[in-house]
Amino acid sequence: MKKKLYELAHSRAGDKGNTLMLSLIPYNEKDYPMIREKVTVEKVQKHLKDIVEGDIVCYEVPNISALQFVCHQALLGGVTTSLGMDTHGKSLSYALLEMEIEV
Amino acid sequence: MIRIGSGAGFSGDRLEPAVLLAEKGDLDYLVLECLAERTIALAQKRKSQNPLLGYDPLLEKRMERLLPIICKNKTRIITNMGAANPIGAAEKIVEIAQRLGISIKVAAVTGDDVLKYINADDRVLETNEPISSVQHVISANAYLGVEAVLPALETGADVIITGRIADPSLFLAPMIHHFGWSVEDVDLLARGTIIGHLLECGGQLAGGYFADPGKKDIPNFAELGFPFAEVESDGSAVISKIEGTGGLINLATTKEQLLYEVMNPYEYITPDVIADFTSVYIREIGPNRVEIRGGRGNKKPDTLKVSVGYQAGFIGEGEISYAGSNALGRAKLAGEVIYERLKEEVQDLRIDYIGVSSVHRTTYGQSHPYEVRLRVAGRAATLEEAVKVGEEVEALYTNGPAGGGGARKYTNEVVGIVSTLMPRNKIDVQITIRESVKNEEKIV
Repeated sequence: MKKKLYELAHSRAGDKGNTLMLSLIPYNEKDYPMIREKVTVEKVQKHLKDIVEGDIVCYEVPNISALQFVCHQALLGGVTTSLGMDTHGKSLSYALLEMEIEV
Repeated sequence: MIRIGSGAGFSGDRLEPAVLLAEKGDLDYLVLECLAERTIALAQKRKSQNPLLGYDPLLEKRMERLLPIICKNKTRIITNMGAANPIGAAEKIVEIAQRLGISIKVAAVTGDDVLKYINADDRVLETNEPISSVQHVISANAYLGVEAVLPALETGADVIITGRIADPSLFLAPMIHHFGWSVEDVDLLARGTIIGHLLECGGQLAGGYFADPGKKDIPNFAELGFPFAEVESDGSAVISKIEGTGGLINLATTKEQLLYEVMNPYEYITPDVIADFTSVYIREIGPNRVEIRGGRGNKKPDTLKVSVGYQAGFIGEGEISYAGSNALGRAKLAGEVIYERLKEEVQDLRIDYIGVSSVHRTTYGQSHPYEVRLRVAGRAATLEEAVKVGEEVEALYTNGPAGGGGARKYTNEVVGIVSTLMPRNKIDVQITIRESVKNEEKIV
């Protein structure tokens, strides 16, 4: 069965320059190993292909059972000069949560 | 144990939560973090127009409310509201205190303004080009650490007002000052930095920026309380908020804030330490009470990060709405018209459909919105050129698709930010004291 990450986890977006950070925090810590296995960098890169132009790095944060995706060249140049609506990319946490995984 | 409150997470933050913290938090320190990356460059521009200004625009409003309370409760304020003019801000605070009949000592921290030390061949971190490639530089401010705040704390000042200081350092400094931690003890510095990082965004640790109805519900959300930490001498802390305030502090809200704006959780770099966020343990110990324990660090970097502000021209914007059947079709037709008319004149033209794809720049799944708002943005070298974007959108009233309504136009001057690194030994921190005395004391 396919499920949106929105059902399983929460996320907050942050920005530094043209880099976007997206946390992915399972509501239930028991889901962490499954999410870590299924939400791969490759899948996230594909899911965010219209948003993130550069590389994505995933950091595992086992002490809080969470993942941190650091996405380069993702903010139309960054908050100060971007022509976009959401110059910080603050709403993009919910773009990640739209991703579906097989559970 | 010391109690440190977080009374503001950005320049425009709400005023009352800090007042409530100061009144009821039994705080030793109240920290107000009000300086975003670009804010100081904008402040520098205000100062160049009026040398008395250049500090945070809300300084007076915040201090008028807070000074009487912190004097009564013996709470010290640490804030970066000095922005481009900490000494001017200190003098303004003294003026307010005198008006209110309060005796107060204010310490202004300067030395972050390093514009005169910037070299043409310094490297821009974002582009790896020399700084000389950046046109119209207006400001350069180094992110200072606790070394700049500690001497100000040692003066005994009631209010410490700074320019650019790394956000977590505003919280770490009073811990070092109070507990006498060694600035070589990297594990303690890391723990204090993690607590500071959690607190620095005010309401964001207490359910702010977290709520999602039905999924992540937050009680009494309109009356969000801001967090404070009870910090122990071993660098552990309990984070909570004032009883009776709205919001929520639990494992989930704390996890979200721990990772907020973190580039690498294994190496969070500040001017004081490189903290390992994966070495800290978070535990709920009661309603709205979370314990933070552990944390390791590595030696601070040899260089400091410097934010360089530059004038980046102007952005012109225009918006107009369409609703009902084929709303998106008509908005797209309007977008095509604007593109045809502006593509030769305006560099970097961007066309978005609000209600469809304006914030994610794409859509996941089908969308048939009842109403759509066309939004056009373009970059221009001059204000005159930027104005054209909004004017073209407004002209859709009589020349565009049927049923366009609610046109708005805006122009904004753009200040860009790039970063570079600077050796620590170039920094010269100065502490300037300004004091007020009560009127009756003067007479005596």
